[in-house]
Amino acid sequence: MATAASQQTWMQRNKMIVTPILFLLPGLLFFSVYVIIPIFQSFQISAYEWNGLGDLSERGEFVGLQNYRELMSDRAFEVSLWNNVKWLALYLLAIPGGLFIALFLNQTVTGIRLYKSLFFFPFVISQVVVGLVFTWFYLPRGGLLNTILGGLGFDTLNILGDPTLATYGIIAAGLWPQTAYCMILYLTGLNAVDPEQVEAARLDGAKGWRMLWHVVLPQLRPATFIAFVVTIIGALRSFDLISVMTNGGPFGSTRVLSFYMFEQALSEYGFRMGYGSAIAVVLFLIMLIFIAYFLYSMWRDERPART
Amino acid sequence: MRSILKTPLAVLAATTMLGGAAAAQELSGTLRIASDMSNPAPRAVIEGLVADFGEMHPDLEIELTVVDREAWKTQIRNSLSADPPDVINWYAANRMTPYVEAGLFMDISDWWEAGDYEGLESVRGAMTLNDAQWGIPYTYYQWGIYYREDIFNELGLEEPATFEEEIANCQVIVDSGRACYAIGSRFLWTAGGWFDYLNMRTNGFDFHMALARGEVEWTDERVRETFANWRRLIDMGAYVEDHQNYSWQEALPFVVNGEATAYLIGNFAVPHLREAGLGDDQIDFYQFPVITEGLPMGEDAPTDTFHVAAGAQNVEAARAFLAYVASPEVQTEINGPDALGQLPVNANSEVADDEFLQQGFTMLSQNAEGGIAQFFDRDFPAEMAAIGMEGLQEFMVFPDNLDDILGRLEAARQRIYE
Repeated sequence: MATAASQQTWMQRNKMIVTPILFLLPGLLFFSVYVIIPIFQSFQISAYEWNGLGDLSERGEFVGLQNYRELMSDRAFEVSLWNNVKWLALYLLAIPGGLFIALFLNQTVTGIRLYKSLFFFPFVISQVVVGLVFTWFYLPRGGLLNTILGGLGFDTLNILGDPTLATYGIIAAGLWPQTAYCMILYLTGLNAVDPEQVEAARLDGAKGWRMLWHVVLPQLRPATFIAFVVTIIGALRSFDLISVMTNGGPFGSTRVLSFYMFEQALSEYGFRMGYGSAIAVVLFLIMLIFIAYFLYSMWRDERPART
Repeated sequence: MRSILKTPLAVLAATTMLGGAAAAQELSGTLRIASDMSNPAPRAVIEGLVADFGEMHPDLEIELTVVDREAWKTQIRNSLSADPPDVINWYAANRMTPYVEAGLFMDISDWWEAGDYEGLESVRGAMTLNDAQWGIPYTYYQWGIYYREDIFNELGLEEPATFEEEIANCQVIVDSGRACYAIGSRFLWTAGGWFDYLNMRTNGFDFHMALARGEVEWTDERVRETFANWRRLIDMGAYVEDHQNYSWQEALPFVVNGEATAYLIGNFAVPHLREAGLGDDQIDFYQFPVITEGLPMGEDAPTDTFHVAAGAQNVEAARAFLAYVASPEVQTEINGPDALGQLPVNANSEVADDEFLQQGFTMLSQNAEGGIAQFFDRDFPAEMAAIGMEGLQEFMVFPDNLDDILGRLEAARQRIYE
């Protein structure tokens, strides 16, 4: 009866299950402490009126959905939400932009590495520096943009001081590094394009747009997917550029949800943890739509490999 | 590092030891100080204070943490919540409210009663909330109109005493191709200064404070009158263009280059103007002129403070340090022209021999019968201040939006002060 199995320890018998769990454990632990639990804490805090000082259970006042009700009639929230939509829509321009620069740079000419690095440069420098550079570029007096406009005989523009233009001005600044990021993703993707397929297509008479659309782009699908993911995430967490370039102004016209949340809950005059958490929850729900879509796409792509 | 308090050390030791109980035993242990005095001159001051106080109490170990002044405005809550230091910097009046109500500042009324802070009676009000005192001030400064004396002379203008004269002056300045006032409203609070003065002069100090306490509606006819006065200046092109793009420092070059002739700002702007090369014959100062005849003048004079954290470990040392900072000699030293360059809070101190400090001191002690306000963002509750200053900035750029702005502020008032 004393078989080999019974001589093995419990650990040896179950190592196929235990080992992966042990490997996952640190990651899971940190992920829950720093991501999952705070998400539920935000849900909880958003039901309170609390200034962030002292203990929530002692000094917080339970108000149920009051914070959300207030959000519905808060114009600053509405402005922030719309600005988030603008960011999402316009930031996606980085993907075609990056693609065309990548196609343009995907050739063998002397010094091409230098050109590639020049195009990649804006992604390397910090967002704060990008924001400063564009602030100077937009300066109403003496900024490069207005010097050029003036030289061409146009009226000068005060982009960051005009509530209707400021958000677009910041998005344009954000597109500069984001396009570079998408470009590098596509450049690596282009290396993986099968030259035989391109050759075959060429024999069939495809060229120009048809070649791009029917032959090259389908092969770039993984790169496009990643570019889409990073651009959407980049648009939703836009914060540093806004903080550096306009500080949410003029009169709150360039706030996005993340910035508004910071202002309400954590900034110099912000003592509304509950209200800030309610904004955070809304932002989370918006992100959840995209996260669900990304997870579903990845799951769908991996399914054939598993079965 | 230079010690700012070499000579009067012996005198000091004597005066600060009058503080009562603290005198009985020699201080020991560790005193932890978290300070926001991070700019070069204030930093030298706090480091000097710590060095000299440490010399007086050899058994006491002092740990000083200096945090960036802007960063401290948000970091203070973390700092006070977990393992708080003994002594911290903050601001007077309503800015103390969240920390007082959360029980994070220590009630030091007993120390005031015990006579630790002789000579500080006049500023006690600014440290009082809920009938108790929560800290001590260590410096304050006046606000007012700093102007280019040379350009005024060139245009044949005099310091105005009334708003009508102010506007007449401004018309001459605008006609000469300049703006009357530099302002950088990007960080909003500079617009709060203009509102403070226009409202205090139009409706009086008491009305202004009632508005700050939420007792008056923002849509009140009297508030509208303040904005109507403001609008006269805006419509005549008195302010520099695109001010919503600039910080207050970025607006200084307008004055330095003579593109704008005056700046409503605190005395902290003076060193910058001097460094930019303007001599004392080129800059001068006058009190914000009278708008409504017969109203006693109220002034903005923001006060910076020291507090003891509720969770302080070394309360005895903290008490002695506060008494030391408030003493007349130390007040004279740290507010001197080669230190902070501001006004001492102790009535027995000497005001530095400086054109602007002397004028400011005279103004605040003799011509501010209305009362001394702290500043828009210190007198109004934090939330109201944030929403309010945003509305003020919008008004300065789009005065036509006034009804909408006031409606918004009124809605905020009803929610915030409930």
